[in-house]
Amino acid sequence: MSPVKRKGALRRRETAPAAGAPSAPPPIRTLGLTKEYGDLVAVDALDLEVHAGEIFGLLGQNGAGKTTTILMLLGLTEPTYGEARVVGLDPERDPLGVKRRVGYLPDAVGFYGGLTGRENLRYTTRLNGLRGPEGESRIADVLEQVRLTDRADDRVDTYSRGMKQRLGIADALVKDPDVLILDEPTTAIDPIGVVEILDLLRSLVAERGMAILLSSHLLNQVQNVCDRVGIFAAGRLIGIGTVPQLARRFGDDAAHVAVGFGGLEEREATDRVAAALAALPGVSEVVPPGAGHHEWRLGVEPVERVPDVLAGALAMAARDGLRLVSIREVVPSLDDIYRRAVAEAGVAGEAPRRAVA
Amino acid sequence: MSASRASSATPRLTAGWATVAAKELADHLLSVRFFVLLLVLGAAAIIPLYFAAERLRSLASEVSGAQAVFLALFTIGPEGVGFLRVDRFVAIAAPLLGIGFAFDAVNGERSEGTLPRLLSQPIHRDDVINGKFAAGLAVICIVLVAVVLAIAGFGLARLGIVPAGSEIVRLIAWLGITIVYVALWLAFGTLLSVVIRRAATSALAGLGVWLFVAIPFFGPLLLSALLGIFLRPVTGEETLGALGLQETILRLLPSTLYQEASLVLLNPSVTSVSTPTTIDQLIQARQQIPSLLSLDQSLLLVWPHLVSLVALTAACFGLAYVRFMRQEVRA
Repeated sequence: MSPVKRKGALRRRETAPAAGAPSAPPPIRTLGLTKEYGDLVAVDALDLEVHAGEIFGLLGQNGAGKTTTILMLLGLTEPTYGEARVVGLDPERDPLGVKRRVGYLPDAVGFYGGLTGRENLRYTTRLNGLRGPEGESRIADVLEQVRLTDRADDRVDTYSRGMKQRLGIADALVKDPDVLILDEPTTAIDPIGVVEILDLLRSLVAERGMAILLSSHLLNQVQNVCDRVGIFAAGRLIGIGTVPQLARRFGDDAAHVAVGFGGLEEREATDRVAAALAALPGVSEVVPPGAGHHEWRLGVEPVERVPDVLAGALAMAARDGLRLVSIREVVPSLDDIYRRAVAEAGVAGEAPRRAVA
Repeated sequence: MSASRASSATPRLTAGWATVAAKELADHLLSVRFFVLLLVLGAAAIIPLYFAAERLRSLASEVSGAQAVFLALFTIGPEGVGFLRVDRFVAIAAPLLGIGFAFDAVNGERSEGTLPRLLSQPIHRDDVINGKFAAGLAVICIVLVAVVLAIAGFGLARLGIVPAGSEIVRLIAWLGITIVYVALWLAFGTLLSVVIRRAATSALAGLGVWLFVAIPFFGPLLLSALLGIFLRPVTGEETLGALGLQETILRLLPSTLYQEASLVLLNPSVTSVSTPTTIDQLIQARQQIPSLLSLDQSLLLVWPHLVSLVALTAACFGLAYVRFMRQEVRA
């Protein structure tokens, strides 16, 4: 049980600077980071900052420049212009220092098929200068975290694609990193596995104050796990922020709130509620519930009035004695946001946003 | 775990290349190709040895008291079959060892998808290629030393031939230059694995080069045929000139360098590695009283060969190194 104790001590040690010392360098920061391959600009003047204790999602289609960005952060490819700082270090000058503290899961991760999962991880720990019982207990820990303990001593050849992906995450974690960079961590994993992995990432951030940068083209999968996302298209970051922020930025100037009431059977009652909802300040549109559910959908304009509408609906329910079953702001799907953002960037280029019909 | 963080921040005792080399060596020793190549080289040693032993027995009375009986184990075969000798066999088969352990060194990692993961560990990029080369070299040394020791042991135990001191040194020198020669092919294989993206293609390219360079039936015979066609030597002088030219061209090939060096080292009676270039020199060579070269003179004779082989190896590996360092991590 000693490894558990040690880990506890470590967590405290590592969370401390994230919470207490604002002067600590951000885990990841880039300034005008640019990579050109001949005429092709793979990454165009990227400014990015990822804080300790957050999961940042780099979202974009294949070929948008996500992997190139990640390789520059790791010092595996040199930027044409601009600079990057990872855990305060320059990946170009001190790649070893960066790699010592950053766990990386490459896109389409591979392992030595003839070796077992445990042997593959052992190679990684040795390359990190971790040997003996200390290394073995690290390996056992991370295998447990990704639920591969019972298959750890089988050859990787016999693993499914999803198991290899999980072994890849274990491989990134085994060096006990401060920053985790995951390139497409959820591709090839079944839906239940995705939930497990995203839960694992969440707990890593919560327990260790780790910073996680993940890239994905499966937007909806990572929508819920990312604290902030950056939308990447054709090498440029065309939007950055939380999902609701981006929804507002790229939305049609309207936010939506869903309110559900139970026990509204009579037509009369329904009409009364519709009128009351429409009268709330900030509500621009009221869509009554369709068949099979109870939720009213309220359009809110301008978007800053969302809190007012939420409060108003609550007050209304209390005043009129309605049975409130649900109330929430409707977050649009990242897919929609992404489509709008790309369309907007394509139409307006660098110019400030424009409403899209 | 905080202790590990502290220790990884300080310079580590084991360098990255050593860790890579240790893993690669373990892989090699357990691999199928290791057993196959051990079998090939083992056959290359045992078959000629069988004939050599036969002939040594029958020649024993003639050669007893003569020079370098022990080394004859490596240099004689059945009468009339020139290439069934240990040294010739090794000259043909050893390059396979080098190519076999290097042709997929880098592109294998690439196709397995392990290269980005490996390079994202805190090691220098050249640790990967250095470690792989070191591991290949170690395997080659193990195999060659084992084969030579087996032959020597056979000679000692079954034939009762005891080597003289100078013979042992000659044998070690021959082993050394053989290792350098195989290291050249190892470096060449590594270069192929860096430049060519598919392991199968790089293996084929390596075998193609091996066929024309290391197999005497192909390159050298082809070359002499071509020279014969183009130069049409008539007089004796012209014939010698053509031979000289052929030799010069062939000497650009590492296989020629190795074969000449091997001949000189294993056979003290070889006093020259070049063919005479004029009729006078030819007559002179014919009139020369057969004599044995002392060890230091033999070594002096092959010194340029050794230097050339080492230089070629360094050039091949250097090229592979530079190309690898500049390559994009992504395919």
